[in-house]
Amino acid sequence: MAEFDQELDASGLNCPLPILRAKKTLNGMDAGQILHVIATDPGSVKDFDAFSKQTGNELMESKEDGGKFHFMIKKA
Amino acid sequence: MDEKKLAIIATKGSLDWAYPPFILASTAAALGYETQIFFTFYGLQLLKKKLALEVTPLGNPGMPMPMGMDKWFPVLGLALPGMQGMMTAMMKQKMKSKGVASVDELRELCQEAEVKLIACQMTVDLFDMDQSEFIDGIEYAGAAAFFEFAGDSDICLYI
Repeated sequence: MAEFDQELDASGLNCPLPILRAKKTLNGMDAGQILHVIATDPGSVKDFDAFSKQTGNELMESKEDGGKFHFMIKKA
Repeated sequence: MDEKKLAIIATKGSLDWAYPPFILASTAAALGYETQIFFTFYGLQLLKKKLALEVTPLGNPGMPMPMGMDKWFPVLGLALPGMQGMMTAMMKQKMKSKGVASVDELRELCQEAEVKLIACQMTVDLFDMDQSEFIDGIEYAGAAAFFEFAGDSDICLYI
């Protein structure tokens, strides 16, 4: 897994909490920094894709590993 | 890129119907939308300091029930005293176990994200409610004020 600056574990949380927590965490980060989000909500895959497209924060990686979803988001 | 706008009218005051306006508003705010929710009639319950929202299976054939009760339990039985409280407790328990946020939490997230919450002044008067019953940080206005924002909105929902 690539390097990241901050990690957010949103495991067990359901829509829309992973997105809201991610947004909140990104607010406290600098442009160019990378946030690693871990989630268990299957809906989060499409949601983080949509979040990235609409906010301009780049979704560098989105993958499933052992029942968990991992997202790498670079703050715009 | 101009900020998009979302305008919502929230008219319902039950636990289940409290979710759509707060989920959509908080998410829209996270996506960069400027968002307002106008609470009218029973929707005002969603602005009370102490939320006492319940869910009722009465008149709702679509509500999934425990033990397949929606298939065999007589509809009239749903009107029994205590039934609504029991259903509400079960729904809250279910939501908690599935990691679904509480209404309180979503409402707080909306306020943090600067979603503007507006209480319909006319309904407040109609139901003899007092501003002290409602959470802080909300506004009181009427239909014309809603249109000032909704008229420029990209998405407008009536819930």
